[in-house]
Amino acid sequence: MAVAAPPVTLNKDEILRYSRHLILPEVGMEGQLKLKNAKVLMVGAGGLGAPLGLYLAASGVGRVGIVDFDVVDYTNLQRQVIHGTKDVGRKKLDSAADSMLDINPYMTVDKFDTAITSENALDIIKDYDMVVDGTDNFPTRYLINDACVLLKKPNVYGSIFRFEGQATIFAYPGGPCYRCLYPEPPPPGLVPSCAEGGVLGILPGTIGLIQATEAVKLILGVGEPLIGRLLLYDALAMRFRELKLRRNVECPVCGDNPTIHELIDYHQFCGVPNPAEVAIDAVALKARLDRGDKFQFIDVREPNEYQIASIPGAKLIPLGDVPKRVGELDPNTEVIVHCKMGGRSAKAADFLRQSGFKNVKNMLGGITAWSDKIDPSVPKY
Amino acid sequence: MAKVLIPTPLRQFADKNDSVDLAGATVAEVLASLTQKFPDLRKQLFNDEGKMRSFVNVYLNDDDIRYLQKDATPVAAGDTLSIVPSIAGGV
Repeated sequence: MAVAAPPVTLNKDEILRYSRHLILPEVGMEGQLKLKNAKVLMVGAGGLGAPLGLYLAASGVGRVGIVDFDVVDYTNLQRQVIHGTKDVGRKKLDSAADSMLDINPYMTVDKFDTAITSENALDIIKDYDMVVDGTDNFPTRYLINDACVLLKKPNVYGSIFRFEGQATIFAYPGGPCYRCLYPEPPPPGLVPSCAEGGVLGILPGTIGLIQATEAVKLILGVGEPLIGRLLLYDALAMRFRELKLRRNVECPVCGDNPTIHELIDYHQFCGVPNPAEVAIDAVALKARLDRGDKFQFIDVREPNEYQIASIPGAKLIPLGDVPKRVGELDPNTEVIVHCKMGGRSAKAADFLRQSGFKNVKNMLGGITAWSDKIDPSVPKY
Repeated sequence: MAKVLIPTPLRQFADKNDSVDLAGATVAEVLASLTQKFPDLRKQLFNDEGKMRSFVNVYLNDDDIRYLQKDATPVAAGDTLSIVPSIAGGV
């Protein structure tokens, strides 16, 4: 990425735009130029990323990178205020960048249309001053933590669950990291995700704005940063609490004698399957069907749905019948399951894996995605 | 009596309580009273060997018991014990 020379002044329009900052002694011209020269990487343009992106843009952060590979859907709009109804179906990256540049055209948005992985994380993060973590799963949380510790970049952390949120700054040189707080992730299945557990739509707004505040304070070098303190927020009780957080001298990544010097396989660390190995999208599925790849292709919808529309080559075994008809399938040959939207087939895939099937993939988006992306003549219902 | 604060993800295992007042002279004793009152919490907080799970932290007031005397940390009347599990949601 080309790094522009630091701007030394603000233009007339920017001076007007930032006037409420410029008259604050804690910001002023010097602080506003720090913001303009700052480079912040936002991982995730979802619930936490939405308020973060909007306010970092409005505050005048000069360069914001966004890492996201997802597409806006209707269920996002209850909380992801950076996207609008007109954006449903668009890449979150494009939708978020448009909103931010609409608020502030005097900034640059770098778009990374990818999942952050052990292979690309160091390369993406190294050009930024800090990371704000707006992701939604344990493997990515540990990945971002370790990458930030290795690169000595602060990680402005926030996480949410139902009505409750946590925020702090990890990996600030000398301060604690995520592994100091939680050395290990919970076993899979013990802690439900927001998609399963639900989340108050406003909650990521509150926590995301705490992250934005801390990012801006770090850039400005003012106030007391949220380092070594874990802020807990309970929206139902409307109560904030603060707990002490210490760097663990025995921490494997930021301790005095670290044993982790490079990024690891975080899916394995968290005991969860790598998404690329357990799911397939409509386009990849079509390519494999066209190639004549050998796999068992199962439709787990109901017979009446199968009559409305079906994908050629799929065998119908309704979800409820899967346990008693599992004998019809070979556990040693790959299975791809689909349904209408991908939810029932995910359950079928989990069941088959638990029954000893070695290679099971869930088709993302089900026959609806097939209709959208492959064959529009397949009716949606 | 110490007040034990139960976080959202664990309330389903504690009859939906967000806090309970329990007796006990140490953290271990208070947590034993807690899991006696709500047996479903035991599996969430402790592994099969009875050791506190590493994604669950316990704070006496605002201090992590790992940096005090762990589960032997004395608990006084009026203290607050917080259970703080790892959460990852963000989108």
